[in-house]
Amino acid sequence: MTGGFRTLLRKEVLRFWKVSFQTVAAPVLSSLLYLVIFSHALAAHVEAYPGVGYTQFLVPGLAMMSMLQNAFANSSSSLIQSKITGNIVFILLPPLTPGDIFGAYLLASVVRGLVVGAGVFLAVLFLVPLPLAHPLWALAFALVGSALLGALGIVAGIWAEKFDQLAAFQNFLVMPLTFLAGVFYSVKSLPPFWQAASQLNPFFYAIDGFRYGFFGQSDVPPGTSLAIATGTLCALSWLTLRLLRSGYKLRS
Amino acid sequence: MTPAVEVRDVRKRYGKLDALDGISLTVEPGEFFALLGPNGAGKTTLISALGGLVRADSGELRVMGHDVIRDYREARRSLGIVPQEIVFDPFFSVRETLELQSGYFGLRGNGKWIDELLDRLALGPKADANMRSLSGGMKRRVLVAQALVHRPPVIVLDEPTAGVDVELRQTLWAFVRELNAAGHAIILTTHYLEEAQELCSRIAMMKAGRIVALDDTARLLAAFSERVLRVRFAGCELPAALSAGASLDAEGAWRLPVEGAAQVETALARLREAGARIEHLEVAEPELEEVFVKIMAKAGDATGARA
Repeated sequence: MTGGFRTLLRKEVLRFWKVSFQTVAAPVLSSLLYLVIFSHALAAHVEAYPGVGYTQFLVPGLAMMSMLQNAFANSSSSLIQSKITGNIVFILLPPLTPGDIFGAYLLASVVRGLVVGAGVFLAVLFLVPLPLAHPLWALAFALVGSALLGALGIVAGIWAEKFDQLAAFQNFLVMPLTFLAGVFYSVKSLPPFWQAASQLNPFFYAIDGFRYGFFGQSDVPPGTSLAIATGTLCALSWLTLRLLRSGYKLRS
Repeated sequence: MTPAVEVRDVRKRYGKLDALDGISLTVEPGEFFALLGPNGAGKTTLISALGGLVRADSGELRVMGHDVIRDYREARRSLGIVPQEIVFDPFFSVRETLELQSGYFGLRGNGKWIDELLDRLALGPKADANMRSLSGGMKRRVLVAQALVHRPPVIVLDEPTAGVDVELRQTLWAFVRELNAAGHAIILTTHYLEEAQELCSRIAMMKAGRIVALDDTARLLAAFSERVLRVRFAGCELPAALSAGASLDAEGAWRLPVEGAAQVETALARLREAGARIEHLEVAEPELEEVFVKIMAKAGDATGARA
């Protein structure tokens, strides 16, 4: 990492922070709405884990979902905006290394994910009492989950040439994978086929492991989840760095 | 001495189009160099290849001796490019933009130089204004400042005066001349040929991805354009001895090609012998525009023959 990395990270954090009403407050509000509606509709019918109410169960999942979606939105929207407006030259002309660019966009996505996640917890703090059985597990999954989607956002931002291509990536890949990752239910309640299908979804491990941090219970052992999520992050990071080194769609 | 810019047999092809078809040129440190040519000649592609925005298919490009691929960090540290398109980041103010740009080059505490740039480009009053609120001309000044935050020894200006008012043009050229006098090499592309003629000591002309002329400005002017004696007179016809290459312009004056002072003397002597009363007389200096048109026409024949 060179000196330029710090500046690029700072710029990427400032970029979302300057419009935090839209990039932090709005997703926190969406999560609250999900919480209010789903807990009202389902609280009487579902008990996901023994001794854990549905509303409680829902909170970590919703927080993680927001973190994942916002981490993705941060890197992908920044890159596509810079490409379309042309100001990407400001980072392509200086002596920034592929590692600098990757690291700065990734970490800024993690920061956005964590800020939004913290916002969701702050907002529900007084509404839903929540245990915190293993805070370090929760933190580890928050970091790896946000980083995973931050990296995916970089790939999407590099690949997409228009806003609608990026929207397709978001609507047909990121949204289904996060919604079907066990945010609203325990995968154990699913038929065997869908249980098996869920286990192919890397986002599932991020949410399941994150929930373990709160309740000390999960569908998959947290060590396994962390290993799978981290392994996916490493593979995606390798791919992203390769794209950046090759200049794919950035340096023609 | 290490050349400021060294380009050796660079080729770049987009599909069937040879955007750069074997370009070679050298720009010396402290030189003021013009890169001219019609739209689509490959000027911006060449500049982009220097800055690493475009990857050449083959050939070598060096900035201050640093290869733009193998040694890209040093090459980019030595190069400041003012892009042709007006681009900006709407999230930041002018000063923030320049501080960020300094940071990307690893420079901290660059405030003094940033203040000087703001001052020299008359951006001081707008330093804390958001980029979005600036006029087009102001945005272009910020682009110039951005290209200079790291004091690069080589500065490339890609049509910096397109659509820019007279005042900015004057401010910009005064500043750029000063930078050039301080030893920075300047590469300029422009469609205003009088700017290139006035500022640049050497000129390369490009067409269809090739260099079709490359020489000192003075030599190009001398080789491709002739001085003209423009004379209006009464009392006689044009003597036959002067009719070679002569033409009558719209104001009724004859334009006679002359090579030097001696020929002017001879022409005037002939006119007097024929009994002419001279009403108006001037020697028109050669113009780069005329040279440009001639070279492009000649190159057009050549590229046509090649196809």
